[in-house]
Amino acid sequence: MVKDISEGEKRAAEEFEPMIAAFCCNWCSYAGADLAGTSRFEYPPNIRIIRIMCTGRMDPTLVLEALRMGADGVLIAGCHPGDCHYQKGNYIMEKRFDYIKKAVKSIGIEPERVRLEWVSASEGGKWAALVREMTEQIKNLGPSPFRLTHNPR
Amino acid sequence: MSEEPRVGVFICHCGVNIGGVVNVPEVTEYAKKLPHVTYAEHNLYTCSEAGLAAIKKAMEEYNLNRVVVASCTPRTHEPLFRATCKEAGLNPYLFEMANIREHCSWVHMHEPEKATEKAKDIIRMSVAKAALLEPQTEPEVEVKEASLVIGAGVAGMTAALSMANQGFKVYLIEKEKEPGGITEKLYKLYPTLADSSEVVEPLVKAVKSHKNIEFMTSTTLKDISGYVGNFNSILTGSEGEREINVGTIIVASGASNYTPPKGLYQYGVYDHVITQRELDEMVKKGEIGTPERIVMIQCVGSRKGEIRPSELEAFPKSDTAELLRKILKARKEEGWPYCSRICCMNAIKNAILVKEASPKTDVVILFGDLRVYKEYEDFYRRARDNEVRFVRHIEEVLPEITQTPEDKLQVMAYDALSGLEVNFLADWVVLSTPLIPNKDEIMLARMLKIPISTDGFLMEAHLKLRPVDTNVDGVFIAGTVSGPKDVSESIISGEAAAARASILMGNRKVRTDAITAVVDEDQCIGCGLCEEICPYGAPKIEDGKSKIREILCRGCGSCSAECPRRAITMRHFGDHQILAQVKALLIPESLKEVGV
Repeated sequence: MVKDISEGEKRAAEEFEPMIAAFCCNWCSYAGADLAGTSRFEYPPNIRIIRIMCTGRMDPTLVLEALRMGADGVLIAGCHPGDCHYQKGNYIMEKRFDYIKKAVKSIGIEPERVRLEWVSASEGGKWAALVREMTEQIKNLGPSPFRLTHNPR
Repeated sequence: MSEEPRVGVFICHCGVNIGGVVNVPEVTEYAKKLPHVTYAEHNLYTCSEAGLAAIKKAMEEYNLNRVVVASCTPRTHEPLFRATCKEAGLNPYLFEMANIREHCSWVHMHEPEKATEKAKDIIRMSVAKAALLEPQTEPEVEVKEASLVIGAGVAGMTAALSMANQGFKVYLIEKEKEPGGITEKLYKLYPTLADSSEVVEPLVKAVKSHKNIEFMTSTTLKDISGYVGNFNSILTGSEGEREINVGTIIVASGASNYTPPKGLYQYGVYDHVITQRELDEMVKKGEIGTPERIVMIQCVGSRKGEIRPSELEAFPKSDTAELLRKILKARKEEGWPYCSRICCMNAIKNAILVKEASPKTDVVILFGDLRVYKEYEDFYRRARDNEVRFVRHIEEVLPEITQTPEDKLQVMAYDALSGLEVNFLADWVVLSTPLIPNKDEIMLARMLKIPISTDGFLMEAHLKLRPVDTNVDGVFIAGTVSGPKDVSESIISGEAAAARASILMGNRKVRTDAITAVVDEDQCIGCGLCEEICPYGAPKIEDGKSKIREILCRGCGSCSAECPRRAITMRHFGDHQILAQVKALLIPESLKEVGV
């Protein structure tokens, strides 16, 4: 197993392409990502979007599970404060986020790997810029420790 | 569901939109090997009649009980594919979409190999979720047979009348003291040269006297709550506040006229530099006289610059009235990036009116591009026959205006054909300016949760497929609030929005999403956290257990995430379904376990 890890590390150092799981709310951020597409704003292909109805739906367990399974980064994206389709789902999420960060830290992962961002349906440009910036950030952090031991790709 | 999942995957080329980037045949072969996938094929356009027929045929032939379409965004095409599943006898909630266009081919067009791998991931995730989908039924809500129309311009009045004539109650509100909007202030309309009053006055008379229309001027929308079928709106006006209850809303609150900043083409510096609106007014009052020459300049404040990302961010924010004001002010200096579509015809109309009033006046139109679409070409010819001169100039170099000692205006521009300097001595310089979005409309859109387009106008749900719908169910848009339109186009959109709203009100009922919360009473300990967190008051603790009233539940899922006993499951977005996607993404080799 030790050999596996060192090979994984070597490969990672050479060409680390992070895998970011993004949970986007249906009404704002998923639509914002759609608009980035319609506007042909290019960004790195390191992100995979999972559609949820509202960030208020984000159970902290989902974040922890994604990290445990080897995601290098987790993005939760929802409507701007005041813009929630369900009035206050994003505020509920914001409150939970402190707790999520603590939980992430407690399992030995840099809390910076998990981000909460607001992207509206008309912010295709912001979505593309966010993905570019976050991909770069996770590249600098390197592969998730869970990815190396649990799921070397 | 005890039945073994039999998933069919249909992968769309979308012409070259997906197929030009993603290797669709390769992805199809990949999909065929995924667990639970019984059948996979690719189509040129899955949403075409042929594509939909192919889905139905395969469903029957391979006895499919789950369908995955890998194409565009579910936000536009999910209803179509769900309907196809339903027609073929499958519960529409056993359908799942993989977005490999907006989220893949369109944003990775220069990385075809990586895009292909990403498309495989996205489809694998969708198949994993599809295998766990369950059939659902959509609850029905009543639609109140009343509509609120915001804005009594041509579009709003048309929409109000159309609905009122069908027997629906209409509340028509106008923020100004008088109805008529922009049209009322015009003199003649192109291409008929009819008086604008011929259009506006009958509409005003009709809305004021219609028994089904309650018409309120100097009134605005203050607050709104509720959802399709049952909106609660608070109006505020000269007679104070008033609460009304409606099933649908049509936003027809219009646009503003661009006023050039002082100094642009010497506007505000020389009295004889005016806008088309001001010329219109002069012609109307017969004050035009017999000038020797009038020079018109097109695209003043339109087709200029580009919108910066910071502006896009500011449009939808809640606490940015001041910021919006500043951005709109900066835009005034720089101009707006879009074509306002009405200014060419407006200039030609005024040129013809001037020629008719004073045939000896030389009218010169300086343009970069001239857009006279559909039958308006005839109107353009009519101007040419009237000896209006069209001079194409190099747009990038703004014409320079100076005043001569004889109090004439000298216009210097560069001719696009010869590249040479051309000079005109003019009595009047007339600037053709666009219709622009304004702060009030952007703030109103925010209140109604309608997205704003990159041009600052209210955005339709889909530019081609749903041009008068918004992303908010039951709220529609008409007229220039969604972008520049002429009078006939405003009337068309008013009629269209009224028709869309009337479908809802005529059916009296609308099916809402089946995505609601369900309580597992064995797990529930009656702690009441769900009751506390729900914005709609859907859960209620009765006899120590949480009961969720389905009709009040909007499906956000906040209660589900909050429940300490994990006793609340979201239909269609259950923990197990979301986790299946996560797992399929990150541990593909585990996929065989999914559904076990």
